[in-house]
Amino acid sequence: MVSLLKAMWIIFLHMFRKRETILYPEQKPYIPPRWRGRIILSRDPDGAERCVACYLCAAVCPVDCIALQATQDEYGRRYPEFFRINFSRCIFCGFCEEACPTYAIQLTPDFEMCEYKRPNLVYEKEDLLISGPGKYPDYNFYHVAGLAIKGKEKGEAENETPPVDIRSLLP
Amino acid sequence: MKGIILQTGVALAILGVLVAMSAGLIWLERRLLGLWQDRYGPNRAGRLGLLQVPADMIKIFTKEDWAPPFADKPVFIAAPAVIMVTVLLSFAVIPFAPGVAVADLNIGLLFFLAMSSLSVYSIVLGGWASKNKYSLLGALRASCQMLSYEVFMGLSLMGVVMLAGSFNLRDIVEAQRDLWFCVPQFAGLIIFLVAGFAESRRLPFDLPEAENELVAGFHVEYSGMKFGMFFVGEYLGIILISALITTLFFGGWLGPVLPPVVWFFVKTFAFICWFVLIRASYYRPRYDQLLSFGWKVMLPLALLNLAITGGVVLAAGR
Repeated sequence: MVSLLKAMWIIFLHMFRKRETILYPEQKPYIPPRWRGRIILSRDPDGAERCVACYLCAAVCPVDCIALQATQDEYGRRYPEFFRINFSRCIFCGFCEEACPTYAIQLTPDFEMCEYKRPNLVYEKEDLLISGPGKYPDYNFYHVAGLAIKGKEKGEAENETPPVDIRSLLP
Repeated sequence: MKGIILQTGVALAILGVLVAMSAGLIWLERRLLGLWQDRYGPNRAGRLGLLQVPADMIKIFTKEDWAPPFADKPVFIAAPAVIMVTVLLSFAVIPFAPGVAVADLNIGLLFFLAMSSLSVYSIVLGGWASKNKYSLLGALRASCQMLSYEVFMGLSLMGVVMLAGSFNLRDIVEAQRDLWFCVPQFAGLIIFLVAGFAESRRLPFDLPEAENELVAGFHVEYSGMKFGMFFVGEYLGIILISALITTLFFGGWLGPVLPPVVWFFVKTFAFICWFVLIRASYYRPRYDQLLSFGWKVMLPLALLNLAITGGVVLAAGR
């Protein structure tokens, strides 16, 4: 009986406590940087696209919401001709980010992407590409990979020695 | 002729106030529950979320009026009406102020007890006609709970009747001019509170609709306005029990300075808020605990209270 009255009194005193509710649109909640939200495509520190169109993200995607087509520029550098994410299917699992060998595809803490029309949730490459390097500011795939691209010959990458000319070693 | 028009006007005004209050209670209860659970409750629609009430009403009135094909149609439709009618009829005997009441019955209290017994039919028939095992279980629980708790509800009120010497609610209020009955009839008050909660099927005695085991109990199959009537019936039940506590134990309209109607509504409102506080505080007992508490604790207490009050009244020679 006493405990019942005590319980009622404690509940009554909760009237004067601070509210737990975050009044969302006016008051933004804190979202951790590693939160899995809207997907973006990032760029090198040089400003070139990071994506090498390897299809790993499309392959790993459990709901098949990523579609892309690989192509090459005149120097042999691969890039996606189109890159399309259907966010009405995406489950924000983050597998694409894990699969990506060049840190191109990244998930951001943005979730405010409602649309009145379903087709508007299909994001094309120009919607996905951002101007910066995202979560990995110093990483530049082509500067650590051995592949020759425009402005960087073979052997000019970081921690890479120039290639050995095997013919010159001939007696 | 003029008297009849005036009387009809008063009755219609009471009806309007009651229905408006029960609609407003939807908002009030959600806000108060929020307040006691460290959140806000509805606060978006209109100022303080007050437009939530019209929004809910528009929604529930425009919903499809549907009855499941397997249900017993006539009974299914009649059941929600019964609860509204019986609860609203109970208000007929409640004096809101001197002269402001629908009927001045000399057996007012008995009339209320009869009507509250009749309201069980609504739940039992609703659960029965739904042809759903959960609703039938809910109806079964409701009938058993109401029957058990009605016994000592009536007995707890007899102390008040003895002190006032009348079943007429107006005479009972007048008899409290010197001392509110909550003092000499404290035990009766406690017993009536418990019985009142069981009668209005509110938490902690909402076993007929226990969500976590019976989905929604007796109104599983109900939707639209038919569900709305059960809902309004429940809220009207809260107002009814609060009004009765005020009338029987807290001096009804009696009070200094303010006009009698205001006093009545202030007291009733306080008890309505208290109903919500109880809902926020307590958990639901098990079904067997509920019944054994009713029969083994409350009934003997009510009988003891009756015997002692009777002895005191007899000894005082009134």
